[in-house]
Amino acid sequence: MQIKESPDVYDVIIVGSGAGGGMATKQLADAGFNIAVVEAGPFFDPADPKTMTQMKWPHASPRRGAGTDRAFGEFDMAYGGWEIEGEPYTHEPGTDFRWFRSHMLGGRTNHWGRISLRFGPKDFKGKTRDGYGEDWPLGYDDVKPYYDKVDKLIGVFGTNEGLENDPDGFFLPPPKPRLHELFYIKGARKSGVPVIPSRMSMLTKRINNERGVCFYCGQCSRSCSAYADFSSGSCLIFPAQKSGGKVRLYTNSVVREVTTNEEGKATGVSYISKDDRKEYKLKARVVVLAASACSSARILLNSKSKQHPNGLGNSSDVVGKYLHDSTGSSRAGFIPALMNRKPSYNEDGVGGLHVYSPWWGDNSKLDFPRGYHIEVWGGMGMPSYGFGFNANEFNKFFGTKVGGYGDVLRDDVKKYYGAVVGMAGRGEGIARKDNYCEIDKTTVDQFGIPVLKFNYKWSDLERRQATHMQQTFEEIIHNMGGEVLGDRPGGPDNGLNKPGEIIHEVGTTRMGNDPKTSVTNKYNQLHDVDNVFIVDAGPFVSQADKNCTWTILALSWRASDYIIEQLKAQNI
Amino acid sequence: MLLGTGAVALGLHSCVGEGEPEIEQQIIESADGYFGRTPEELERIEKLNAEELFNDHELETIAVLSEVILPPKPKVGGPLEAGVPEFIEFMGKDRPRMQNTLLGGLLWLDSQSRELFDKEFKSLELEQQKQILDPIAFYDPEIPSYKRPFEIQWFSLMRNLTVTGYYTSEMGIKDLGYKGNQPNVWDGVPQDVLDQHGVAYDPEWIAKCIDQSTRGDIATWDENGNLLT
Repeated sequence: MQIKESPDVYDVIIVGSGAGGGMATKQLADAGFNIAVVEAGPFFDPADPKTMTQMKWPHASPRRGAGTDRAFGEFDMAYGGWEIEGEPYTHEPGTDFRWFRSHMLGGRTNHWGRISLRFGPKDFKGKTRDGYGEDWPLGYDDVKPYYDKVDKLIGVFGTNEGLENDPDGFFLPPPKPRLHELFYIKGARKSGVPVIPSRMSMLTKRINNERGVCFYCGQCSRSCSAYADFSSGSCLIFPAQKSGGKVRLYTNSVVREVTTNEEGKATGVSYISKDDRKEYKLKARVVVLAASACSSARILLNSKSKQHPNGLGNSSDVVGKYLHDSTGSSRAGFIPALMNRKPSYNEDGVGGLHVYSPWWGDNSKLDFPRGYHIEVWGGMGMPSYGFGFNANEFNKFFGTKVGGYGDVLRDDVKKYYGAVVGMAGRGEGIARKDNYCEIDKTTVDQFGIPVLKFNYKWSDLERRQATHMQQTFEEIIHNMGGEVLGDRPGGPDNGLNKPGEIIHEVGTTRMGNDPKTSVTNKYNQLHDVDNVFIVDAGPFVSQADKNCTWTILALSWRASDYIIEQLKAQNI
Repeated sequence: MLLGTGAVALGLHSCVGEGEPEIEQQIIESADGYFGRTPEELERIEKLNAEELFNDHELETIAVLSEVILPPKPKVGGPLEAGVPEFIEFMGKDRPRMQNTLLGGLLWLDSQSRELFDKEFKSLELEQQKQILDPIAFYDPEIPSYKRPFEIQWFSLMRNLTVTGYYTSEMGIKDLGYKGNQPNVWDGVPQDVLDQHGVAYDPEWIAKCIDQSTRGDIATWDENGNLLT
C-alpha cells in the first residue's frame, strides 16, 4: 500500500481536540507555532444550526429524545458512545470496563457535566497520606498558577470557601439554588455533610466579548451555541485559529501510530482517513498526544519500532497500567414535601447542579482510604422519553392503588412532577498496576489498528466507599422527609458503577521522576522520547475525588509552556 | 483544506479526502427538520419510517386505547393530537425487543373483547372497554415487573408509552405547565413557591450569588480571587 506523505513539517502535531488537545492548541498557537490538530471525528461548531440540538423540543424527534442512537439521549452532544460500530474493544474474561468515546472536534467536552474542580494539596500526595498508590512528582503549588489561569481564560463559577483540599480560585458568582437544592442543603447539613455552591464552567458573567453569557436553558450537555459553557472547540480551538500561529485541522483522521527515526525520536504520526480509508503521514518536530487516556496509551503501544520494541515510551512497561476511573454510586428519593409543585416559573438553571458537597470525612477513621463528593439532581425538567413512566408508582407510599388509566393519570403526573431528588457520589479509587489496558493482538478495528483489551476490577476499598455513599444518601433522604427509592444496590461491587462508567478514566501513562516506574516526567514529556508529550488524563498519578477536566487543562497549559521553552531553546 | 477563523464548515471531512461534498451537503440540508442529526442518524430514522410494524387495524386499536388511557381535554388535546400512535409504532421499530409485547398484547385485547362482547376492542362502548381493562390496569409494585402476568406488563407498557408520548408533545408540555427550554435569567425560586414548600434562602448564601444586573459586565478579579465587577 502506498502511504501518502505530506511535504509539510509542522512544529507540533496534536492528536485529539478535547480538553487537553484544545488547551495545547491554544497555547502553542498563541506562541506562534505551526500546528496540525488531528481529530478522529468530524468538524463541530456548537453554533452551527445544522448540528445544534440546544433548544430543541422532544417532539422534534420521532423517538422523543430516547437514547437509541446517543447513550445520554438523542439531544446529547457526543458523537460516539459506549460502543462504536467498527471500533470495538475487548475484555479479559471476568473483568469489566466501559469505554466512552466521542469522536468530534472538541471530543467529550461538548457534552460533559462542566463540574470544574481543582485538585487540592492532599490529592497530589496520596501515598504520603495513607500509603496507597503513588505521590505525584509535583504538588499543588506547581499547578496552582495554571489553575488560576484556566479559571480566568475559560470561566468557572463557584465561591471561595477557604477549604484546605478544595482550593479557592478565580470564580464567577454562582446561580442561586433551586427548590430541590434547598431541600438537599437542609437534609445534608442535618447529617453534618457540608454543602457549598457548585463549581462549574458556565459563564454566569461575561469574561470577554467573544463568548456569550449563560441564558439558563439547562442544556449544557447539548453544547452551548452562545459559547457560554466550556467546550474545547468554542473556547480554545476557534480562538487559537484567530491568534498568531497557524492551526490546521485534520478531521475524520484516525491516528494509528507515532512514527520515529533511526535515533528513536518522533518524526510525526500516521493516520487513516475515514473518508477514503487510506493511510497518510504527517511530520512534525514535536508530537503531543491528547487522544484520551486510553486512546493515547493505545497509540503508544501500537507505535512499535526497532528502537522501541515494547511500544513508544514503554521501556518501563507501565503504558496502559494504573488505569482508574472515578468511583460512582447513586440513589434517589421521593420527597413528599416537593409534591404538588407550582410550575409557574422556569427553573432550568444551568445544566446540572447549583450546589454540591465536597468530601467532608476523615478517612483515618473510616474503613476506606479516599473520599468522594456528592452531586445533586432534581427539579421540574423538560420532559423527554421516559417521562411519566410508572406515573403514579409513588401511590404505594400512601397505600393507594398503582396503575389505572383515565383523567387521574393527568393529576398524578402533575402531583409528582419535580418530587424526586437524586444524589450521585463520585469518589477516588486507588490506581493499581493490575488494572490496565493492553493491545489485543487478536482483534483490529475497521481501520486495521489493533484494539485495546481491558482488565479492570474494583477492590474492597472502593466497595466500602460505595457502602458509605449509600448510607449517606439514605440518611439525607430521610432528613428531607423522603422515601428512598429501590433497595440498596447490592451485587458484587456494593452498587458501584462499572469501571469506566463515570467517564473519568485516567492514569494509563502516569508521570513520575523514575523512568522505571512511570511513562512521563512531571512536564508530561515521555522519559524515553523527548519530543513526545501526553496532555490528556493519561499522566495522572491518581484521580482525587474531583473530576479530571480542570486538572487536564492546567497540566496541558503547564506542559505547553514547557514545550514552548524547549522548542525556543532548541532542546527538542 | 484549511478551516479558517471561525469557519462554520459543514460536512467538511478530512483535509485530504476527496469525498462527495455535494451529496454530504444535501444530506445535511435535508436534516434541517431533524434536530441536528448526523447523516448516519438521519438515515436510520428514514429507514425506520419506511418500515411498517402495525397494520391499519392495529393502529386504530392503539388510537382508541390511548384515548381511554388518557382522555383528551379541551385546549390541551389528547394522545391523537400528540401523535401517540405514530410514536408507539416508531419506538416498536426502534426497540425491536418491545415488538412481541406490543403485537401480542393487541391480539390478547381483541380476543378478550370477542369472548366477552363478540366485537373487536375498537368497536366496543367505553364501559365495555373499561370492563376489559380494569382487571389488568393496576399492578403490585412490590412484584418485579417481569414477574407480573403478561397482559399487565403489556398494559403498563401501553400506558407508559401513551403518557410519555403525550407529555413530550407540544400539548402535553402545555398541560404539564413546564416553562423552560427558552432563554431565561435565573434569579431564584419565587417567594410564593418558597412559602408553599416551607423553605427560605439563607441570606449569607444568596449574597455570594450572581447579581443578574451585572451579568453583562466583564469579570475582573483582584490577585486574591475577589471579583471586582
